[in-house]
Amino acid sequence: MEVFLTRSRLTLILSLIVFLSLCFLSSSALSSSSSTTDLKILTAERRIDLSSHIIRVVLTLKVQNDGASTASNVLLAFPPAQAKHLALIHAAEVAGKKRKKTLHPLDVMTSNNADLPNGAKLYSVALRNPLSAGGSVTIEVSYVLTQSLEPFPVEISQSEPQLVLYRDSALILSPYEIKQQTTVIRTPSTKVESFTRVEPSTQTRTELKYGPYEDQPSFSHTPIVVHFENNNPFAVVEELVREIEISHWGNLQVTEHYTLVHNGARHKGGFSRVEYQSRPTYSGVASFKHLLVKLPPRVHSVYYRDNIGNISTSHLRTGYSKSELEIEPRYPLLGGWKATFVIGYGLPLQDVLFESNDGKRYLNFSFGCPIAETLVVLPEGSKNPSAVASRMLLAPSNHT
Amino acid sequence: MVSKSDTMKPTHQPDLSSKPPLPFSFKSFKLKTKQQELLIRVSILCLVYILAFITRLFSVLRYESMIHEFDPYFNYRTTLYLTEKGFYEFWNWFDSESWYPLGRIIGGTLYPGLMVTAALIYWILLFLRFTVHIREVCVLTAPFFASNTTIVAYLFGKEVWDTGAGLVAAALIAICPGYISRSVAGSYDNEGVAIFALLLTFYLFVKAVNTGSLAWALGSAFGYFYMVSAWGGYVFIINLIPLYVLVLLVVGRYSMRLYVAYNCMYIVGMLLAMQIRFVGFQHVQSGEHMAAMGVFFLIQVFYFLAWVKHLLNDTKLFQALLRIGVTSAVGVGAIALGLGTASGYISPWTGRFYSLLDPTYAKDHIPIIASVSEHQPTAWSSFMFDFHILLFLFPAGLYFCFKRLSDATIFIVMYGLTSMYFAGVMVRLILVATPAVCLISAIAVSATIKNLTQIIRGKTGQTVSAKGTSTAKGSSKQQASVDQSIPFLKNGATILLFGAFYLLSRYAIHCTWVTSEAYSSPSIVLAARGAHGQRVIFDDYREAYFWLRQNTPSDAKIMSWWDYGYQITAMGNRTVIVDNNTWNNTHIATVGRAMSSYEDEAYEIMRSLDVDYVLVVFGGVTGYSSDDINKFLWMVRIGGGVFPVIKEPDYLVNGEYRVDKGAAPKMLNCLMYKLCYYRFGELTTEYGKPPGYDRARGVEIGNKDVKLEYLEEAFTTSNWIVRIYKVKPPTNRW
Repeated sequence: MEVFLTRSRLTLILSLIVFLSLCFLSSSALSSSSSTTDLKILTAERRIDLSSHIIRVVLTLKVQNDGASTASNVLLAFPPAQAKHLALIHAAEVAGKKRKKTLHPLDVMTSNNADLPNGAKLYSVALRNPLSAGGSVTIEVSYVLTQSLEPFPVEISQSEPQLVLYRDSALILSPYEIKQQTTVIRTPSTKVESFTRVEPSTQTRTELKYGPYEDQPSFSHTPIVVHFENNNPFAVVEELVREIEISHWGNLQVTEHYTLVHNGARHKGGFSRVEYQSRPTYSGVASFKHLLVKLPPRVHSVYYRDNIGNISTSHLRTGYSKSELEIEPRYPLLGGWKATFVIGYGLPLQDVLFESNDGKRYLNFSFGCPIAETLVVLPEGSKNPSAVASRMLLAPSNHT
Repeated sequence: MVSKSDTMKPTHQPDLSSKPPLPFSFKSFKLKTKQQELLIRVSILCLVYILAFITRLFSVLRYESMIHEFDPYFNYRTTLYLTEKGFYEFWNWFDSESWYPLGRIIGGTLYPGLMVTAALIYWILLFLRFTVHIREVCVLTAPFFASNTTIVAYLFGKEVWDTGAGLVAAALIAICPGYISRSVAGSYDNEGVAIFALLLTFYLFVKAVNTGSLAWALGSAFGYFYMVSAWGGYVFIINLIPLYVLVLLVVGRYSMRLYVAYNCMYIVGMLLAMQIRFVGFQHVQSGEHMAAMGVFFLIQVFYFLAWVKHLLNDTKLFQALLRIGVTSAVGVGAIALGLGTASGYISPWTGRFYSLLDPTYAKDHIPIIASVSEHQPTAWSSFMFDFHILLFLFPAGLYFCFKRLSDATIFIVMYGLTSMYFAGVMVRLILVATPAVCLISAIAVSATIKNLTQIIRGKTGQTVSAKGTSTAKGSSKQQASVDQSIPFLKNGATILLFGAFYLLSRYAIHCTWVTSEAYSSPSIVLAARGAHGQRVIFDDYREAYFWLRQNTPSDAKIMSWWDYGYQITAMGNRTVIVDNNTWNNTHIATVGRAMSSYEDEAYEIMRSLDVDYVLVVFGGVTGYSSDDINKFLWMVRIGGGVFPVIKEPDYLVNGEYRVDKGAAPKMLNCLMYKLCYYRFGELTTEYGKPPGYDRARGVEIGNKDVKLEYLEEAFTTSNWIVRIYKVKPPTNRW
């Protein structure tokens, strides 16, 4: 039995893989970053999706090599605030057009260049084939930012909607010169209080369009602020402790201790149950009470409880490919309210533990957080299991 | 179903103990009658032991492994503390989370027996590498001790009557609702272990009186020590045993055995009991314990007189000496008692003790005792509910006891009669009477069935032996002189036997039903039947307590009526103003006064107590009847008992308590009313009824437009059962 501990960052499951690959390949990235300025971005399109509390961005770049030598990687720049909240980043090379478009995943790794303006952080995308002089390539980068929406006003009463601020730049931050660029921001509803105008910028229903801007030099930055209504549950798992107990009686027992908090605008004033009950569309719109937990198939003895006993409001649906546990905290979570609870379940050991030919046993267990709305990546990795009596000890080794 | 077959077993015992044809082909397997009897007895006891445990698990199966009700939450909290911090910390624990701002010295004001027992079990299990949670241990402590009680009941029955009676007693007490009500799984209260300790002490004392053995008396003293450490009900022991000794002295059954047993038990028991800090010197100073001391001196006088009589060898002279001796002894005792009381060295009887002797005392003088539902006088229905057939087997058993009077039967008769009286005074003391009732009823059942089977067997085969036994036993049932001449004697006996079995099976069914329906509800989680017959769970208490725990500042002070104090500290982990340990009447009265004052007056009181949140329990939406509005008159009475500004008639209309339009104006505007009914007027609770219809009382409320000035609603649970209000900070003066 061992305990994993992580602090609050919301990130996606797969970033583990990204992270591991980063570790191995960072040295090669450094060596080949000499010919940065020779590249040029012909067109850049950025689509920012603000419709939930997680920000999903898709960036499509068409890169051209104007230099004499071949370029093997393309650099991406992020302002420090975004780099801090960057949960996940993927890159792919786009081949073909429109219908016949195919994506080839590319490796992305951090590139530590110290002398960048305003502390910007660089990520380096390794191309599949080095870009020859004069050649061009289209790459698509998608990344996820978490906890980047700032509630404003900071405190709201039960009857008010939740408004948030999103800060970014109208121009894409890039170490290269960009010929032409557009940015499209999608908001959850048409209720946008205000947004910074950087001409040309237009609003059509739920979309804000910045650009096209022509011929921007590298590292150009124009701050913008979008103030809009976002009533999505800002559920954040502040702390998650997971115990995995491997029993030699053929059972794997998982116990997860959650500290869940509503991280949106803080609740102000009283909580009126009669309002909450009778006018659910106006009252406490930003609160939430249902969560969905995805568990592996064939789970058994599932429980959902907290320090003072079982929480009776939960439903379990089991299926062949997955099991879903619908849980409800004891009370609806309004802004700033907390709930702690424990989810535990057992799994048949043959589903997750495998024996190799050399007699060693391997535990194959997904460490992703099973709650659909809140995505958490756990510190990952395991030491050589040291067997103590009937148990194997797994120790945390790194953080994401 | 299991319980039924198991309770039947003891009654089979007499005829099985004869030699039934054994199906074994191996000769070595053939047991002697004695061995068979032993085998059957042991297996019956084992079954009863298991039965007593599993019949108490209904609540775990229906709900979950959780602590029930109010006091057990305190016990659980202290046990947790004990296991986490160790005994020394526990013993010196000053709890600042309750009775704000006074605090409570936990170590000095509790009976630690239960917590130490549970912690010991926990540590033993840990030592044996069973990693259990302390909560599970606490939940199962009461059933475990109930099982142990059955063994003691068997031994006691064996000591008082015979093994048959012992087995029946064990079976009866295993499932008796009167005992189950306080010992289901989760009911982690003092009584759970105390009944075991009580019966053990009595058994060992009777054994000591029967044998005159110092060892048994010492055992009894230790049993008494355990009882003192576990429950305040030890006062019953320390008064019943002297009373019993006194009766034996009066009826001329004084013996050396009694002398040894009582002296040893009293002296050692007293010294041990004084080690419990909550008892301490009370044991020699308070009025409740004086009877024991008086009897102790009296028995010395008896011993002395017996010695003098032995020396004198002159009856006339001895008679004179006896008269002088007894008179002067009683005189000296009375003077000492009078002086002690007058000088304050001996404290007078406490209110609780008075209220036991005089059922009307508490109602007039101590409203706080009278307000507790389990302190109410017992209704006939609850006697029937808790004892079922034992209620009329009890007099029958008394008859058998008087037929065969001995030191032991006198004890059980006295125990039965006194505890029955106390059971009539207070509902919760049915618990104390239960072992006595079970034992005496067991004597009745056992003796009757024994007689009946003897008649049946005597007729079928060995007439000689039947005759022999019937004369030997005096044949209490059948009159030995006419047993040959009564026609259809055998048939009649058979019918009676079946009747007895029928009754016992009804008893088993009743007990199982009562246990599953009435006594297995944790009262923290409420269950009801929905419109389509499905089970609806109201988990509002825990919802509110957990909300308090998570979303209020950790030093917040919660004001609520004292009933919920233990639960708030244990589950909400917040400081409370008053709790179920009702040691300070004035403090409770202050809360009662705040609840029954107008909002602005209440605000002053709450400010002076540093109250941050006020919690009320309200059943108007769900129809939950034991809420604060129904308890409110007790708050008024207790508040008015200390603060004469609060007058009960102000809240009544023509002596009637109501919350609708016709309610008293003070009632409609007092804090409790406002907090319960705040914005309730906007809610339609039942189809076809006007908004603001209170389902618990079946009326439309009188004041629908409740405005709060100094408080604001902080949280209300999903079924409105618990409502929490935040006390606003004072407004700025400029």
